[in-house]
Amino acid sequence: MKVPTAILTLIIGILITLASLWVSQNNGLLPIAAAAEATEIDRLFTAMLAIATGLFLLVQGALLYSLFAFRRQPDDATDAEPIHGDVSLEIVWTAIPAMLVLWLGIYSFDVYQSIDSVGTMGSHNMAHQHGEMEMVAADQGSDSTRLVVDQSDVSPDPLSPAVATETVEPLQVNVDGLQYAWLFTYPDTGIISGELHLPVNRPVTLNITARDVIHAFWVPEFRLKQDAVPGQVTHLNFQPTEEGVYPVICAELCGAYHGAMKTRSIVHSGPEYQAWVDSQLVANTSRETVAQSVTTSPLEHHAAAMGLPDHLHESHQSDLAQAKHSPSAS
Amino acid sequence: MTEAQAPAPHLEEVEVTPWREYFSFSTDHKVIGIQYLVTSFVFYLIGGLLAELVRTELATPASDFVQRETYNELFTMHATIMIFLWIIPTLTGGFGNFLVPLMIGARDMAFPKLNAIAFWIIPPTSILLLCSFFVGPASAGWTSYPPLSLMTNKAGEAIWILGVILLGTSSIMAGLNFLVTILKMRIPSMTLNDMPLFCWAMLATSALQLVATPVLSGAMVLLGFDLLVGTNFFNPAGGGDPIVYQHMFWFYSHPAVYIMILPAFGLISEILPVHARKPIFGYQAIAYSSIAISFLGLIVWAHHMFTSGTPDWLRMFFMIATMVIAVPTGIKVFSWVATVWGGKLNLCSAMLFGMAFVSMFVVGGLSGVMVASVPFDIHVHDTYFVVAHLHYVLFGGSVFGIYAGLYHWFPKMTGRMLNEFWGKVHFAMTFVGFNICFLPMHVLGLQGMNRRIAEYDPKFAALNLVCTIGSYILAVSTVPFVVNAVWSWLAGPKANSNPWKGLTLEWTVPSPPPVENFEEDPVLAIGPYDYGTPKALDFVAATLALPTPALAADSSE
Repeated sequence: MKVPTAILTLIIGILITLASLWVSQNNGLLPIAAAAEATEIDRLFTAMLAIATGLFLLVQGALLYSLFAFRRQPDDATDAEPIHGDVSLEIVWTAIPAMLVLWLGIYSFDVYQSIDSVGTMGSHNMAHQHGEMEMVAADQGSDSTRLVVDQSDVSPDPLSPAVATETVEPLQVNVDGLQYAWLFTYPDTGIISGELHLPVNRPVTLNITARDVIHAFWVPEFRLKQDAVPGQVTHLNFQPTEEGVYPVICAELCGAYHGAMKTRSIVHSGPEYQAWVDSQLVANTSRETVAQSVTTSPLEHHAAAMGLPDHLHESHQSDLAQAKHSPSAS
Repeated sequence: MTEAQAPAPHLEEVEVTPWREYFSFSTDHKVIGIQYLVTSFVFYLIGGLLAELVRTELATPASDFVQRETYNELFTMHATIMIFLWIIPTLTGGFGNFLVPLMIGARDMAFPKLNAIAFWIIPPTSILLLCSFFVGPASAGWTSYPPLSLMTNKAGEAIWILGVILLGTSSIMAGLNFLVTILKMRIPSMTLNDMPLFCWAMLATSALQLVATPVLSGAMVLLGFDLLVGTNFFNPAGGGDPIVYQHMFWFYSHPAVYIMILPAFGLISEILPVHARKPIFGYQAIAYSSIAISFLGLIVWAHHMFTSGTPDWLRMFFMIATMVIAVPTGIKVFSWVATVWGGKLNLCSAMLFGMAFVSMFVVGGLSGVMVASVPFDIHVHDTYFVVAHLHYVLFGGSVFGIYAGLYHWFPKMTGRMLNEFWGKVHFAMTFVGFNICFLPMHVLGLQGMNRRIAEYDPKFAALNLVCTIGSYILAVSTVPFVVNAVWSWLAGPKANSNPWKGLTLEWTVPSPPPVENFEEDPVLAIGPYDYGTPKALDFVAATLALPTPALAADSSE
């Protein structure tokens, strides 16, 4: 009994699709997603992996099948059938990839807009997303992609009413890369740290620069990376959503000890973060002069140039209320 | 069919190039082609040795094999040698020189002396580059980003800059030569659309070499000034902009990726139809997609700089442009698969490497589309995911293509057959070693291992050990090839003029072809891929009746 080609093709197509979906859904290739942006990027990766797996199976399957089915018989010296091409087939395999990359381009653009990880205005990020959310709420389902994007905003955390209800000024941290260490300065409290401490579920804006050569700030669990370029300030906006300790890695070759240029990023719960801020401030009161001198550092200069607002801490929610009364670099 | 034909009547008339010719300033394109191939293969072995040292360091998480500074020198020189002294010279200089004039029915390249000069720039430059190991070679990566490149190993960096300028000059000369040769030296009966696809690929490649390489030279001159004279074009310490360097560098170095893969595409388009005994599927689509890739390749460079603080609109433009390249590339891949499909496959070493090329290149192509997506690239940029991607394209692609080409045209170049058994051993070891070495790197990158590091988080130790073992298999895999090639060249069974029964013009001349190739201008009797027609049978029969030249070893017997 011979199965008709059309049915066979259909079955193979369905099997490849199912396999691709299964692989992409269960890939387990990425570390945990510890920021809202990471969730978005993972979703994009899953979609790309599904398409890639499908195409991979298609091409490798055809090649492997050919390897066995179309092997020349030892006694056969004749040529195969002279088929020079097939216009409709060629149109199909031009049009389908074209549509796929177009879709992927739009999807990537959309994800990129929604994470806005490098926009120069940190607060714009959240305002934008929440404006979007209202729009979607008002006009359910009219824009399915947006809806998908916004779900991550809605879903993550009942724990952060501050974030969900109104725009929160992002926590500003100045990041300074130098051979071979990272330095984190919190302009609104004057804290300087070798490790990046962040409160969970609060937007963060990193203002990144370097002192000597180009470095790159990377936290794999946030899925975010930004070069630190001497003489320039670059930005990274994101919102950590999972408490934990994650590596901060230099991702741009910066010299002999490039591989050793590592530190930690610690995402705290609100109270824990506050405790850390307090402990730093207590430790710093005796080193007040040190904190003051930072004001004149090149990094602080950048912060001023970007107009890091004096009123920054006024808009802070209660978790930073105490910090208001503390000595501040601003 | 491959036994020697009836003794040729005018055996004496076919001259064989004496071996001394290969060490001279020869203007014969075939001699120059072989000079390129042999020279660059030596550098492949040297670059491979450096890679093995890198992988040995990475076998364990700690930096415990070489000094950290040395490690940076190793991977910098590994990339420099593999790109500038192996893949580009082999594909354009080696195969391009040997094949293009033969395929279009010309007696030589358009500018034979320029051709010889382009080659002879390479040996002194490569020796100069190797000598930099005595003073501490460049160690800022093959990308040589300032300000780091201005701060480490000044002498080595200066040599590196000079070397890149010289090799770039050689490449520009070759590109110009190919462009003129292909456009002006075809036999009158051959229109552009009758050309073998390798010539189309070389046309696209040469255009890239001509347009893009001068920008690299410009960047190198400015970088050299910054390094040696203390100017501040790129040095932020004096108000320079290091990002401008990145733009200039990648304006060449992304097209360079296509300079390294388009000729390999061309080789595969030649090899698959011959061994599948079937016409290439969609000739024009493959030909024009080469041109499309060449053009698009010029406007995607900043996708290497998605995390450099590039403005948003620029990121989006370069993302879309990069993704669009997947379309012409996909056309090629599907066309190759359709060429093989329904053929009568002769699974010789050349065909195995050719099919493996398609298989491995697809992996690199798919990961390439992924890294084109800005949000995803922000995660994997400068990680082992990119290292995996680029090696699937440049090793699984270019190097597999080169090997396929070497097995396919070795009989034409030397007049002798390679040993098929050892060829298949070589293939199996290369294929397995390559995948063991580079497949796990995708996972490492996604999981958070950055590149260009001598030490890494111990949680990556197991996969890195696997990669290192794979790299050792790869290293060993070259042994059967080298022994096979040397032995076969000296004493292998003689090849007739058309051992694979191909239909392109290089098979209409004896193996190896005489000086000036054709006794009289050939007339195009058949399309390059008209397999399965009665005409093809006649054509092959005629080529097999050609005389077999007396080879050096025979005359001494």
